[in-house]
Amino acid sequence: MAGYRLKTPVSEEDVRKLKVGDIVYLDGIIITGRDQVHRRALELAFKGEKDKMPMNLEGLALYHCGPIVRKVDGEWKIFGFGPTTSARMDSVETDFIREFGIRLIVGKGGMFEKTTRGMKEYKAAYLAYPGGTSAVATSAVKRVVDVHWLDLGSPEAMWVVKVENFGPTMVAIDSCGNNLFIDVLNKAKKLAEEAKAQM
Amino acid sequence: MLNLKESLRSGLVDIMREAAFNVPQDVKEALQRAYEIEDNSVAKANLRAILRNIEVSKEKKLPMCQDTGTPIFFIELGEDFPLKSELKGIIEEAVRIATDEIPLRPNAVNPWTYKNSGDNTGRFVPIIHLDLVPGGQMKVIYLAKGGGSENTSQLFMLSPVLGLSGIKRAIIDAMIEAGPKPCPPVIVGVGVGGSANMALKLAKKATFKRLNELNPDPKIAGVEAELLEKINSLGMGPMGLGGKTYALAVKIEWAHRHPASLPVGINTQCWAFRRAEAIFDNSGEMRLLVPP
Repeated sequence: MAGYRLKTPVSEEDVRKLKVGDIVYLDGIIITGRDQVHRRALELAFKGEKDKMPMNLEGLALYHCGPIVRKVDGEWKIFGFGPTTSARMDSVETDFIREFGIRLIVGKGGMFEKTTRGMKEYKAAYLAYPGGTSAVATSAVKRVVDVHWLDLGSPEAMWVVKVENFGPTMVAIDSCGNNLFIDVLNKAKKLAEEAKAQM
Repeated sequence: MLNLKESLRSGLVDIMREAAFNVPQDVKEALQRAYEIEDNSVAKANLRAILRNIEVSKEKKLPMCQDTGTPIFFIELGEDFPLKSELKGIIEEAVRIATDEIPLRPNAVNPWTYKNSGDNTGRFVPIIHLDLVPGGQMKVIYLAKGGGSENTSQLFMLSPVLGLSGIKRAIIDAMIEAGPKPCPPVIVGVGVGGSANMALKLAKKATFKRLNELNPDPKIAGVEAELLEKINSLGMGPMGLGGKTYALAVKIEWAHRHPASLPVGINTQCWAFRRAEAIFDNSGEMRLLVPP
């Protein structure tokens, strides 16, 4: 298991070397995007209106997160920056990666077969951030650089955030088609059947 | 009366603040033990981050988790406590103040219009469970319950012929279904018997038991220990990424059941257990029991 510190935007080469079980810390820009960011961005992509995207996402890390944000003295300040459940985005993430060139997805609770195939095809990786560790994540925020689509409500908007030493994140899906969540769950299912047979 | 209301309100805000930045001591100790026994690097990294998060949250007064939960109150109201029917309004006010001041994420959404009320109050929210007890005090258990771990709760209406082994199997099935979703390590609350809603309420109350205290009924204590061992032996570990500690504890509550029914409610509680317990005396003075 290797440890990495990566600066965004990351290259295809950076992503290729990541293997499940590796531990990664991030520096640079990450953007938040949960349910509504996926919906709106993909609507634009499917209508052929990608030029209406508020920024270029190539090589960036997309973070499944609905932050707690307040304006303090005219500046946006983040009070909560932990991950949300990634599984809700499982059905659309491959499209998002393909359309916008995202290389890293950060979230919690895992993504499954479809995204695993998509990450292998388009060379991206999923980083699991420990669920609930919002205070640690908030401490890694340097500043809020920008916010787009605030009309979606503050947890659903696309926040552009500069981070330093953001982590630990664990590579749970790599670009070779390995998925640690699926491996662990499959093993557990087998053991559960054995345990139940003895009960 | 005015002072009483004011001190109640501010005491309630205080316990909500305590819960936002702390986890109970017994939970912290259980997480520390889990860190010590894990030997795979991913499990250890997850637990190290969790333990560090508990420190940072307390130090910097940053919410433990960005999902600051649904506000839930379990109240034992003394029959001689000077306030009764006005209590609900005071709790609602305290929730609004706490949401603004701490700050908490607004989590009360109208299921028909999808509109967020913006202040954590709404129809039947905060959720209040009230029991009337003798005496002049009021005991409050406040729980800020995150969506991720509440979502993996389950109700099984088993056939009574399945007996204890049916109960155990249902719990194992629920854990496999939950997998990485409830942010493990979790505390597994189980409610056996009663009615459908009673089983689920008991399951949630079961998670409030002290983790380091054995169930006084040796038979149930044995079932709890067996289930904890079996759940952890599945190897799902912290965050479902593999390891020895998926659950910190299994806690069971029960009620008598209908002859034809065997309800089993299962409530999963994430490691970020935002729970505070306090006693208010009849002047509104608050004494915090948990988390210290």
